[in-house]
Amino acid sequence: MGRMRNLLIPGVDKTLLVRDAVKTMPDLTRRRFIAGGASLGALTLLTGCDVTDPFSAEEMLKRVSKFNDGVQSLIFNPNAMAPTFPESAITKPFPFNAYYDLDDAPTVDGKTWKLEVRGLVENKKPWTLEELYALPQVKQVTRHICVEGWSAIGSWTGTPLRDFLKIIGADTRAKYVWFQCADKDGYNSPLDMQTALHAQTQMTFNFADEILPRAYGFPMKIRVPTKLGFKNPKYVMSMEVTNDYKGGFWEDQGYNSFSGS
Amino acid sequence: MSAVTVSDEQATSTKARVIQPAWVRALHWTNAFAMVLMIMSGWQIYNASPLFGFTFSKSITLGGWLGGALLWHFAAMWLLMVNGLIYLAVGLATGRFRKKLLPISPGGVISDTKAALTGNLSHADLSKYNQVQKLLYAGVIILGILIVLSGLAIWKPVQLQYLTALFGGYDAARYVHFFCMAGIVAFMVVHVALALLVPKSLRAMIIGR
Repeated sequence: MGRMRNLLIPGVDKTLLVRDAVKTMPDLTRRRFIAGGASLGALTLLTGCDVTDPFSAEEMLKRVSKFNDGVQSLIFNPNAMAPTFPESAITKPFPFNAYYDLDDAPTVDGKTWKLEVRGLVENKKPWTLEELYALPQVKQVTRHICVEGWSAIGSWTGTPLRDFLKIIGADTRAKYVWFQCADKDGYNSPLDMQTALHAQTQMTFNFADEILPRAYGFPMKIRVPTKLGFKNPKYVMSMEVTNDYKGGFWEDQGYNSFSGS
Repeated sequence: MSAVTVSDEQATSTKARVIQPAWVRALHWTNAFAMVLMIMSGWQIYNASPLFGFTFSKSITLGGWLGGALLWHFAAMWLLMVNGLIYLAVGLATGRFRKKLLPISPGGVISDTKAALTGNLSHADLSKYNQVQKLLYAGVIILGILIVLSGLAIWKPVQLQYLTALFGGYDAARYVHFFCMAGIVAFMVVHVALALLVPKSLRAMIIGR
């Protein structure tokens, strides 16, 4: 706990961050997030309407969120780069942020870890860390923006995802690259193909010129500076190129799926 | 037939009695509804990463948790924006803004504030705004424009990065967004209190007369 507190950024309410982490613990009531927050939900109970009723507030909000996915996809400019910053702007210390304490962060053995590649790709050979480190790398100093509102500037180095997708012969006409991670409770997240092919979307192996530490996602993180933080999976175990929307850890709980910046 | 004919005089007086036309009333209440949804869900979003040393009581927020609040916020924003754009377009096109809200002079605002505080402000003609009303209504329209623009700057700091830069960057835009909310809430408190003090103004916004 003490170690985690030291890693938090100034200006961010520490108790609140902890509360956010606690909030993510299994809780049946949270699945009914809208019903709990609005009297419209209570009305549904009173009238005995099915919760799948297309006119319920929850259903209406889900539809608007899907509509917002479409709007964001439309206004996404593949040539618009996320602003970059000088090294002096890097937030120190960079916050550790997850739905669990740092103590519960996955410990991945870099010697035995292999990145699994699945789905619509020509070469499904798994990749060792050594093989991945040998690929050309690019550094970016960009702003990480959390869905909660706070932001922090960090330095990430790694291989552009689009270069890797080319190497493995991925069908880039597919809709998503779906990542699965080692976090407890099985973190996963879908990334739309146009964002996967953005020049700044990166398979990250280094943070601040050092091997990616456990706190930030060792052995590999996907850095997506055109998306909110939760769309930047850490501790990545596998990627799947797919046309199916397979959902995600936070996406399934109601965060907007596109969540572009 | 003469029993149902209406004299010119009667027609004019009926027409003159309409203080708030139907389009103003419809847009006003739609805006009020959207604003309340935006503010209540916005408070819940604020609570996830407070800018100041306080949070909003959960009893006055909407959404239940951050994810739910964001769904409300990004749904109600369409209602707020579309309604607001129609209001601005019609207000400018019909000359309503110019006729109702201008001119505003510092001297006029001061003397009308004095009159209001001493209970000497006339409410005889509700179709004509006094200087304090003009200032507050013009001010809240500007806040409404700023809160939407700063909100877009926070939502899309990459795609709309020039807008975000205009507000002084992502973090500064969050503060602008917050203070616009605070200004609008302060306006609403005064606005609702005065509408209740002068009930015929509230009636005019409901039935037009």
